[in-house]
Amino acid sequence: MSGPNKNYDPVEVTPLHADEVERTRDEALDAFAKAADLAALQEAKLAHLGDRSPIALANREIGALPPQGRKEAGQRIGSARKAINEAFAARLAILEAEHEERMLATERVDVTLPWHTPELGARHPLSLISEQIADVFTALGWDVAEGPEVEAEWLNFDALNFQPDHPARQMQDTFFVDPPGSGTVLRTHTSPVQARTMLTRKPPIYVICPGRVFRTDELDATHTPVFYQVEGLVVDEGITLAHLKGTLDHFVQSMFGEGLEARLRPNFFPFTEPSAEVDLKCFVCRGASVGNPDRPCRTCGSEGWIEWGGCGVVNPRVLQAAGIDTDRYSGFAFGMGLERTLMFRNGVQDMRDMVEGDVRFSRQFGMEI
Amino acid sequence: MRVPLSWLREYVELPAGVTGRDVGEKLVRAGLEVETVDEAGAGLTGPLVVGKVLSYEPEPQKNGKTIRWTSLDIGKDEPQWVVCGADNYAVGDLVVVVLPGAVLPGGFAISARKTYGHVSNGMICSSSELGLGDDGAHGIVVLEPGEATPGDDAIELLQLRDDVLDIAVTPDRGYCLSIRGVAREAATAYGVELKDPAALTVTGAETGGYPVRVDDAQANSVFVTRTVTGIDPKAPSPRWLQQRLVMAGMRPISIGVDVTNYVMLELGQPIHGYDKDRLSGEIVVRRATAGEKLMTLDDQTRELDPEDLLITDDSGPIGIAGVMGGASTEISESTSDVVIEAAHFDPVVIARSSRRHKLSSEASRRFEREVDPALPRYAAQRVADLLAELAGGTIQSDETVIDTQSAPSPVTLRADHAALVAGAPISVEESVRHLVSVGCEVTEVAEGNGTATPAPLAVTAGSAADAGLLTVTPPSWRPDLRDPNDFAEEVIRLFGYDNVPSILPPAPGGQGLTVAQRRRRRIATALVGAGLTEVVSYPFVGDADFDAMGLPADDQRRKTVRLANPLSDEEPSMQTTLLPTVLRTAERNVGRGATDLAIFQTGLVFLPRPDAKPAPLPSVAQRPSDAEIQALNDALPDQPLHLAVVLTGSRTPSGWWGKGQPAGWADAVQVARTVSDAVGVEPVLRNVELAPWHPGRCAEVSVDGKVVGHAGELHPKVCQAFGLPARSSAVELDLEALMAAAPSSIVADPFSSYPVAKEDVALIVPADASAADVRAALAEGAGELLESIRLFDVYTGEQIGEGKKSLAFALRFRAPDRTLTETEVAAARQAAVQVTVDRFGAVQRVG
Repeated sequence: MSGPNKNYDPVEVTPLHADEVERTRDEALDAFAKAADLAALQEAKLAHLGDRSPIALANREIGALPPQGRKEAGQRIGSARKAINEAFAARLAILEAEHEERMLATERVDVTLPWHTPELGARHPLSLISEQIADVFTALGWDVAEGPEVEAEWLNFDALNFQPDHPARQMQDTFFVDPPGSGTVLRTHTSPVQARTMLTRKPPIYVICPGRVFRTDELDATHTPVFYQVEGLVVDEGITLAHLKGTLDHFVQSMFGEGLEARLRPNFFPFTEPSAEVDLKCFVCRGASVGNPDRPCRTCGSEGWIEWGGCGVVNPRVLQAAGIDTDRYSGFAFGMGLERTLMFRNGVQDMRDMVEGDVRFSRQFGMEI
Repeated sequence: MRVPLSWLREYVELPAGVTGRDVGEKLVRAGLEVETVDEAGAGLTGPLVVGKVLSYEPEPQKNGKTIRWTSLDIGKDEPQWVVCGADNYAVGDLVVVVLPGAVLPGGFAISARKTYGHVSNGMICSSSELGLGDDGAHGIVVLEPGEATPGDDAIELLQLRDDVLDIAVTPDRGYCLSIRGVAREAATAYGVELKDPAALTVTGAETGGYPVRVDDAQANSVFVTRTVTGIDPKAPSPRWLQQRLVMAGMRPISIGVDVTNYVMLELGQPIHGYDKDRLSGEIVVRRATAGEKLMTLDDQTRELDPEDLLITDDSGPIGIAGVMGGASTEISESTSDVVIEAAHFDPVVIARSSRRHKLSSEASRRFEREVDPALPRYAAQRVADLLAELAGGTIQSDETVIDTQSAPSPVTLRADHAALVAGAPISVEESVRHLVSVGCEVTEVAEGNGTATPAPLAVTAGSAADAGLLTVTPPSWRPDLRDPNDFAEEVIRLFGYDNVPSILPPAPGGQGLTVAQRRRRRIATALVGAGLTEVVSYPFVGDADFDAMGLPADDQRRKTVRLANPLSDEEPSMQTTLLPTVLRTAERNVGRGATDLAIFQTGLVFLPRPDAKPAPLPSVAQRPSDAEIQALNDALPDQPLHLAVVLTGSRTPSGWWGKGQPAGWADAVQVARTVSDAVGVEPVLRNVELAPWHPGRCAEVSVDGKVVGHAGELHPKVCQAFGLPARSSAVELDLEALMAAAPSSIVADPFSSYPVAKEDVALIVPADASAADVRAALAEGAGELLESIRLFDVYTGEQIGEGKKSLAFALRFRAPDRTLTETEVAAARQAAVQVTVDRFGAVQRVG
């Protein structure tokens, strides 16, 4: 540091000369600009902004000036320092950005590589379709009812108007529980859940009952001794066949698409009277394949309709056996096989695929169908 | 029931040109299940003519065959020459000749072609070549002398083109097991007259017939006999009759048998014919006595049951009523006098006998579904007429008629009942019209005149009952029409189900899925999230499964609900554990190449109740009593919902990231944790020994002090027995019990915003102290300030010493209202450690 300057003469303090300050500044700016990487920039920073840098030294000279000269010199140095600082920050930002860009570029990975966490598993489509149907009906305000699979014969048959020796009872190919006379069977349909519901609840009753049922069929491409059904039951005042049709139309549309409908064909079931088979309008060809050999439909066999299940007005004898006042209440019920539904809806070719437990079958469906 | 269209047309004037398909369609809409329509002779085009054999020359061939070079008169000037390989015809026989240009069924085009050194101008036809089915003779068809003249169109003559409707008759429509019944439906469907084949003149005198006594009038309300004498038992059944039987699915046998079968198909009334000379004494209809035996027509000797209804004579039983006749009195080739039986039997009696003897006959199938009780006299007459006409018999006017059948009862119902059931505007007029068309007698009753009240089992409340009442008497062939809704169905099906409107009924608000239903879905979703795939399998198991699982002889799971008629004798039981079937499913998958496998199944298991009594069969006339309902439920086994999981192969595969992890006991236990987490319960684990698991690698899972299942590695022998890779693991949980422990609601705790203090603790404890117990001890000692505790290291080795292990835990402390001081944290840590010292003799490991 120079000694105290008694006489004001800025020219005598060279570092504070205006052109000297400018030169110092320009050198710094030049050095920053030339710094090719962050390390060079750090060096340049030390040289031009460090404690021993010309601008720092010049700054210290200000104190040696007479008071009247300090202001001007201070301003000159201050603005130079500001310019140098700014230049440094700007260069730093650029170099950092460049550096980061280079770094990130080198860290590029192949995002298509596999990873070790287990993949999602899958639900069985029979579960998924059961849940989908439950959702359709709970959205209507219905409840989902369930019952046991080993069931009292009375609930499986008698309560549903199957007379003890009526051929209809023999048609069900029942598994009987040992010993004979136990009065229990593997339920042959989900309908005992109807009977149970009517015994435990008072009308109005609006329930859907999905479940597993059993018949002594041998397993083949279209039969299985253990299968799934879904059954609906309504008991309320003023319930008619028209309400059954409306419900089935809604069901068909929810499952297969807008604009479709159900068709009823007269049939016989002991627990409904009148009874009907339910057909649904083919959701693939919508009837366009009928009588049109150029556009055959595999889904409906060019019939335009697909057989789906059975239904009818609840036989008042069934209501009577459950203690429901037949003067006041009527009802309807319907039931479908879920395997069959999957077969035509999802193009499952062979019933055996659904019961063999091959994971490849379930995995096609994931968690949603 | 197979119904040839040509036969149907005899009784119904169907519009010209309608096909079997058209009629089938109409009948389906009327409620008959028409399963198929066979188009016999479809694709058959002529010329197909009758030819008379003029001459033939047998010509032996090199291949060992002998052909006949045959000339035929086919009604033209020149004879037709053809080659024929069959030899069952003689000069002068009438045969069926297909000429060049024709196409036989199956697209077999005929042309003049060179064969065996001749140009064959067509072919003499066999039964199967004509699409008539195999007649059993394998020869060419020889017509009866004089049946036709040479040159006649054989397609027309033999009715080679016919559609056959195959109808699956539902149990309520017994009358449709006849051409008569189907004709009635067809007549209604087309709105044309029915020519009832049963409308014939009965010439019987109602007396003097073969003596009959009926001892059980409940079971046998009508018994009619007629006698035809002097038939020629060797008279061939005419072609038309044979052909109709064949089309309807029955085999022609002899004139006597064919005629009874023909009438049964035509009218629906089963007929039995006895050789009069082989009957001895009065026919008595009675129940069997114990020890009686009968050889039935199928040559089987059957032990009779006291419930069987029998036809007997002085010699003993000669038939199981309505099911099958006996061999001793059957019509044979030497029979000349026939006693015809046409009777009405109780459907339940016949159904039971048929089932008891595992003998379902054409007769029993009809009687089980009820036969028109008004038919027997007419049917017997029809048989007698045909035997007289076709076999040269003489009808005796002597006739036995026993008839105690009561007439069908009238039913009174609201005139607008059908409209109320349908929810459709069906006028009373229309209802009456449809009821009449199905054969009912209907009278309208003005309401309130006090003469009639509506039958029960129909809604009567809540709507204007000004429509009046109808009194409806069903026809004799519709015993299924009993209740108001039975009649409503007849009206609505004829009104047309398609004409019923579609109205979605508004349900009162529901509550959505139940808590249990939602929890089950969450568990399944969590399992799928953990990489498991759901499978389904049958619930049937056998002792071999339990042996393969290594279950001890007294294991509870061997106590099963057994089936009386299982699909397989090897698997007679309902599952008490899901594991066998899921292990078998795993094996199948591994066998098919899925070596890294993680599967789950949920399903009921069936646990017998030791004190279960048979389920009662309460009356269906009213609601069972609460005690009866309780008894129904008590008769059932416990059926809790279980979950089973099998893991095998790699849980995570090896890959570019490094080595993979085999699926092991820890993954199985983790599945149990995942499932518990999914429903918000905290499982308590401990080591136990239980088959089928590895004795040292099985976790018992408990919640709220109740064991809910097990998880771990399978015993090596079990892996071997089920064909699974070594170290496969499995889980079985009682989801019902697990979910029962789930919290019904959760109250949110406020959480602290003060800083956390972390402390690690490493403890040397005896090797058999479980991590869970040590953890619990630490947690207990740490007190309320403890926020979480996690085991992060397990170490055994020389440094620790024999029989010991080191467990390291990370503890986090936090207070709700302040920053914890070092002293507080140290005190809590020390308190935690102290409990493990007291409980396990733990020593803190330092450094």
